[in-house]
Formats: sequence, structure tokens, C-alpha cells
Amino acid sequence: MDCKQLPSRYPLGTVSSDLRIQQGDSSLELSQYRDQHFDVDDDEQEKSLKESSTLYVGNLSFHTTDKQIHELFGRCGNTKHVFMGVDKIKKKACSFCFVEYYDRLDAEKAMWCLNGTSLDDHIIHTDWDLGFREGRRYSRGQPGGQASNVFCEDSDVGRGGSGKQAQACDRRGIH
Amino acid sequence: MSRRRHSDENDGGQPHKRRKTSDANETEDHLESLICKVGEKSACSLESNLEGLAGVLEADLPNYKSKILRLLCTVARLLPEKLTIYTTLVGLLNARNYNFGGEFVEAMIRQLKESLKANNYNEAVYLVRFLSDLVNCHVIAAPSMVAMFENFVSVTQEEDVPQVRRDWYVYAFLSSLPWVGKELYEKKDAEMDRIFANTESYLKRRQKTHVPMLQVWTAEKPHPQEEYLDCLWAQIQKLKKDRWQERHILRPYLAFDSILCEALQHNLPPFTPPPHTEDSVYPMPRVIFRMFDYTDDPEGPVMPGSHSVERFVIEENLHCIIKSHWKERKTCAAQLVSYPGKNKIPLNYHIVEVIFAELFQLPAPPHIDVMYTTLLIELCKLQPGSLPQVLAQATEMLYMRLDTMNTTCVDRFINWFSHHLSNFQFRWSWEDWSDCLTQDPESPKPKFVREVLEKCMRLSYHQRILDIVPPTFSALCPANPTCIYKYGDESSNSLPGHSVALCLSVAFKSKATNDEIFSILKDVPNPNQDDDDDEGFSFNPLKIEVFVQTLLHLAAKSFSHSFSALAKFHEVFKTLAESDEGKLHVLRVMFEVWRNHPQMIAVLVDKMIRTQIVDCAAVANWIFSSELSRDFTRLFVWEILHSTIRKMNKHVLKIQKELEEAKEKLARQHKRRFIMILTEHLVRCETDGTSILTPWYKNCIERLQQIFLQHHQIIQQYMVTLENLLFTAELDPHILAVFQQFCALQA
Repeated sequence: MDCKQLPSRYPLGTVSSDLRIQQGDSSLELSQYRDQHFDVDDDEQEKSLKESSTLYVGNLSFHTTDKQIHELFGRCGNTKHVFMGVDKIKKKACSFCFVEYYDRLDAEKAMWCLNGTSLDDHIIHTDWDLGFREGRRYSRGQPGGQASNVFCEDSDVGRGGSGKQAQACDRRGIH
Repeated sequence: MSRRRHSDENDGGQPHKRRKTSDANETEDHLESLICKVGEKSACSLESNLEGLAGVLEADLPNYKSKILRLLCTVARLLPEKLTIYTTLVGLLNARNYNFGGEFVEAMIRQLKESLKANNYNEAVYLVRFLSDLVNCHVIAAPSMVAMFENFVSVTQEEDVPQVRRDWYVYAFLSSLPWVGKELYEKKDAEMDRIFANTESYLKRRQKTHVPMLQVWTAEKPHPQEEYLDCLWAQIQKLKKDRWQERHILRPYLAFDSILCEALQHNLPPFTPPPHTEDSVYPMPRVIFRMFDYTDDPEGPVMPGSHSVERFVIEENLHCIIKSHWKERKTCAAQLVSYPGKNKIPLNYHIVEVIFAELFQLPAPPHIDVMYTTLLIELCKLQPGSLPQVLAQATEMLYMRLDTMNTTCVDRFINWFSHHLSNFQFRWSWEDWSDCLTQDPESPKPKFVREVLEKCMRLSYHQRILDIVPPTFSALCPANPTCIYKYGDESSNSLPGHSVALCLSVAFKSKATNDEIFSILKDVPNPNQDDDDDEGFSFNPLKIEVFVQTLLHLAAKSFSHSFSALAKFHEVFKTLAESDEGKLHVLRVMFEVWRNHPQMIAVLVDKMIRTQIVDCAAVANWIFSSELSRDFTRLFVWEILHSTIRKMNKHVLKIQKELEEAKEKLARQHKRRFIMILTEHLVRCETDGTSILTPWYKNCIERLQQIFLQHHQIIQQYMVTLENLLFTAELDPHILAVFQQFCALQA
């Protein structure tokens, strides 16, 4: 029996410290992504990711609102923040967002249950994220292209973030 | 800085690190993999894989015995759906190495004792079952197993212990019999008959007050919702009548009979059930969920009857598969649909029934609700030609039986169905449900459709919902979730506070500070008082109204805007809402603004509690206030209440951890007050003079039940308080019954 055939996910869903294969549920495994622009080394990033309660959610429809994200991800537990992605330069809606939970366990449930399911007819993708920190940009694509509209939001009450929500609102006639 | 790959492989950066890793670790990982993998799809037969593996393990015993022991004990505990595969493996090892067999049995007994001590009763059942199947593999002598079961059932004679303790030992005995009943009866029929008689007399005298609280449907037709021990007893009796002939369980050891019967057996050491302690927490009783029978799939294989032991074994195995794999739904779905012996049973029906059994389980599902939704979706993808039809059939049945379904289960049905539809473009044959259009809107079916459409809207947007239903259903569609601002149009000129509202509006838009807002509000007259307060900050409903209406209106664009608004003007909120009446009024005004948008209400209440603008008691008072009476039975109200109770409990637990006595005392007082308010309100639910037969009443009673059930740990701490509150002469007998049923659950 070939030991290289270690099954990529061994089906032991419950936690057992006796079984080393069990140590990382494969669906909680860290992806290859590391934030290149954040000046923290990979080891520290990896450690933070394993404690993070923030998820990156990708492949959203441009029309998806934070309310839909709250509803869907709220089914795994209380969400602390939802930051919708915005393209800073083009002022257009972006197809990603960040969801921060109060509890890491709720974020894990979202990774187990929601990754690869549908929202607004798009198969969404979830991944661990470092969460909001000073000096860190959110984009996962080309540098300089995108930024979360959290920067816009903290300003005036009553003024919307640029692009995304306005676009989404326009399309659906929500005001 | 180079990016190191996230990988176990050595990328050549530090070759010496690899050399230091011991070969031992590699071998251990290899052994773990071999053991875990056996029984999976393979080019070779299961028998030859087992034989091969037994050889490998035997060879490794000199150096890795304790690791192998630990691995086998662990899979016994964590992979019960592969029980007979591993018992066969142990049987083969015992035949080759008698001492190892003995050590394994000892290790299992140790593990069983530890599980019981740690209140891991569900795992302990699997260990007992494993031990009993070892009788079939000639590892354990039948008489010693019978002796263990004698000790188990003698627990039914214990006095002054919770019934749930006695129940567990009976359950552990009965649920092992499908595997080992035949062998035990053949060897020790007289003793077994005695144990049976004791079991029967226990089952007859145990109380079952708890049953109505745990039933998903109150109706007995088409399928009785039986208490779990009653059902299992009926199944075992039938098995006994059939002379223990059982053909469903996969028994690999039969192929090795000639080897195994040569093996020497071990006797189980006498096992005394550990005594009951104050820390013992036993599993709660259950009701067996049934929704299908053989008539539901007339063209396929026959579904085993509800009292057949096959039904029990299939359901057990499917539940075990879900327990093992729920975090990886692709694997879980694959394991479910490749269940051995699937061609002889209507497997899709069993799978759907077992999944709904878990989703609707009272008080709570074993795993998070949303998991079942995504698991069913995965199953639909995996079997697109067959499973969706079964699921549609199930949905239709659940809809038809809404009238007698427990309100909490209806809530879960609503959440499941709306999320499910959102993954399939909301395609559904709504016209099939037109019967609900002519019913009283408060009755279960139209209510269900309304709540489903509301949740569907939350996962998409308002116009989409209008588009997906036939025009006849428009009355059931949710309102457009817009903000209602009372100072917005010309007719509001005459409203008191209008000018201040305009002032505030301008101030907010020009990034005013909290102090600037305070000074604007200073001029607002207090309709409740003649003379001004010194500080002007006593409860002034008009101030609250003007401030909250204007702020929420301006922040209406998104949740994030509203949360920012709450954060930025937190100081003003706290001051205005200092008194209890202030808190209540803030909630009332917020509700007036957002009554079309229940989702917004829920998130705002959540934020307000977390930022301590309002407290849990205020939320309870608000929910039971007259302003909310029209919406009292709506799902969002109860979701808010449950969420509030959970937050309150977490807060108290957190403070307890911080060991700050003064804070803890305050938090406990806080909690006690909340429970009292809640209970008083719930008890007074029925004094509205409505008939007990209305849907409204049923809804309220079941909501009360659910509060008790879901938060039973909190409630139990206040039993004395509750008893004093509730055991009064005027108490409605239905409410009293709920309380008694709740007490019976852990009795």
C-alpha cells in the first residue's frame, strides 16, 4: 500500500488529537494566497490566519449587497463587520467582500458550509483573511485597482460609498 | 523575502531538517493512513485488504503496539459506520496474537470508562457496540458480554438518579442487539430472557411526560412520532420474533470464520457502571422522526418498516456518516450515496429522512442548520436524476402537514427552503400551493409562504421575489424594505419636532460632533413635563424620536452606514437611552422607521445590545409591548429574542471567566431580572382572551416551549424562581404543562 496515497482529506470530521491526519480539516486549510503587499512574513501571516475570524469572499455578483451577505453569512453566527469591495480607480462594484465574525468558530462554520455554494446565482468562494489592519490594502487582484469602501463609509453619515452600492441600488430601484 | 509554499514537502531550503524527522513518525502516519483507509473503494476485495492489513499490523506490533492500540480504539470511537470492518480486523489480529487481543479489550474498557466520566455518552454507545461485535469475531466470550449487559440493565433499579441515566444504559444494551443478539441468545438464552424481562418492566414504568415537547408533529398520522426507546424496543422485539435473523449489516468476519473460530477468546472484566455524580450530564431523550414509508416509493425497492431492525441500522449508519463527515460536504455526500447495500433499499428516501430528522430535531439539531441545506444541495448535484425529485416530494409533504408541525420546526423549514431555493434560481411550482391563498392569513400555510418569501428576498432583492411568484401570490409577498421617515414630506411640517429634525439633518450631513447634536437637541420640548429639567436629559420621548428618526433615515443606505451612525453618535444614544423608558422608546422609534425591513431591525437590535445602547431587558419588554402585538408571531421577532437570550448568557459566562465578583453579581442580577420579565410575559400570553384553538395560541405555546428547550441550561439555573412565579392558582394548564414537560427532560 502506497503511503503517498494519503487521502487528501481524511474523513474524520470530529476532532481527535490522537490522529495526526486529522489535524487540519482540509476544508479549513489555508490556500496558497498570501498578502504580498503586507509587510509581515509568511510564518506570522500563517499564524494569524489560523486565528483569524475574518473571511475573504470572492466571485460575488456585482449586484450583491451587504444585506445579502449579512443574511447568508449570518446563518453561521453573528457577523461583526461586512466590508464590501470597491474598485477605487474605476469606482465600480467589485466582486468580493470581507466578513468578520465575533467568534472564530462561526467563521469556521462558514468555511465548512458556505464555501462553493451559490449567492445571486454565483458560486462564491471563501478563504481565510488577516482582517482589517492599518496599512493593509484589501485587494487580491492587481495592485492599486481595488480597495474596500470601508474608507469611504467611515466618513459622513448619509453619503454612500462610491460605485458599488449606488450601482446596486440603481439596478434594483432601492433607495 | 521569499514566499515559502504552504506545503508539507521539503522545497530544498533546509535539507537537514528532513533528515532529523524520525522514520518512526513516517511509519506511524503510514499506519494511521492504512487503518483509516481500509474499507474504502479499492481494486482488491475487502477481505484481502483486511487480511493484508492484519499482516502489516502484526509485523509492526513489536515496535508500534501502543500506537496501533490507540489508533484502533480511536477508530472504534470515531468511525462507527465502519464498525464491523474494524471488529473483523481486531478479530484477525487476536487470532494471530492473543496477548494483543487482550490488551486491546483492556484499552477499550479504559476508554469506555473515560468516555462515561467525560459525559461522552454518544461515543460510549459506539464503544459498547464495538465490544459486542467483538463477540462475533471471537475476541470476547459471549457470557462475559451478557454479564456486562446484566450490569447495564441493573442500573434501572437505581433510585434517586435521573431517568435519563437509566435510559442510557438500557439504550446501550438494546442498540447493540442488532449486531450481537443472535450470538448472545444462542449462548445464554436464559440470562438474556431475564435481562429482557427487566428491560420490559422498566420501559413500562418509566415516565414519558417529555414526549410532546420533542415531537415534530402533534398528529399521529400518517406516521406516529415515537419516543426513541419505545421504537427501539419494538424493533428488537420484532427481531427476536424473527429469531434474530438480520441481513442488512455487513459482516466481513463471516468470510474468516474458519480462522476466527480457532482463536482464543477473552473475558470482559466485570464492569460496574460508574456512579451518578452531580456533574453527570446524560443525553436528552429523543423522538424518532418518520416521514416516509414503503408507499412513498412504489416503484423502487421496499423501504423497511418502522419497527424493522433494518430501519434502525440504516438510520444509525447514515447518522454516523453525517457525524463523521459533515465538515466536508463533498465527502459526506459521496459517503452517503455509496452506502453499502444501497440497491436493496430506497436509499435517497432514507437519506432525505435522516437529514430532515436532524434538521428538525428538538431542542436543537446536532449540527448547525445551514450545513443540512448545503449538504442537500451537494446531494442534488451528485444525483441530479433522482435526489431532487425525492426532495421535492418531501417538501410537498412537509407543506401539507404544516398545520400540526411544531412552530420551531416550521421556522427551520422556512430557513432551509428559502436558502435552498436561492441556489436554484428560486424555481418552484408555487401554483401547487394556491390553497394557502384562501386561508386565514394567520394559519400555518399562508404564514409559511409569507415567511419563505421574506427570507428569499433577503437573499436576493425585492423585485426578484415579485417576479418569481404568480400574480395571485402578491398578497403574500413581503413589503418593499424601505425606510419610513416621518419628517420627510410636506405634510410633516406640523409635526412637533419637525424643525429640529431639519436642523439635525443638516448637522449630520456637515459631520457634526456629538456635542453639536446635544446642543441642537437641548431645544426640544419634553411633552411629558411642564418644567425643564436642570440638565435636560431626563426621558424625553420627542428628543429620542427626532434624533433616531433622522439619523436612521440618513444612514438607511446600507447596514454599514447604519452601524457607522450608531458608532459615531454612541454618546448621544447612551444619554438619551439612559433610563429604562428611554431604551424602550429608542427601540420603538427604530421599529417605526424600519417596520418594512425586519432584517434591518434585527441587525440594529443586535448592535444596540452589543454597544450597550439598550439592554436585554429592554428588548424583552419591547418584544412583548403592544406596538409589536401585530407582528408577535412573525419569525423575525423570535429570532431577535433567541439571539438576545444567547448574548445575555454569553455575557454572563464571559464575566464569570474574568472572575470579577462585583461585575458577576451585577450580571447575574441582570440575568435574573431578564428571566423574570420574560417568564411573566410568557405566562400572561394567554390572558388575551383568545381561544386555545387558534393558530396564534399554538404558536405562542410552542414559542414558550422553544425558549425553555433551547436555553435550558440558563433556565435551569433559575428553577426556584420560576417555580415560585409559575405555580400559582391562575396559571393556564397548557403553560403549566409546558413547564412540567421541560422539568421532565432532565429528570
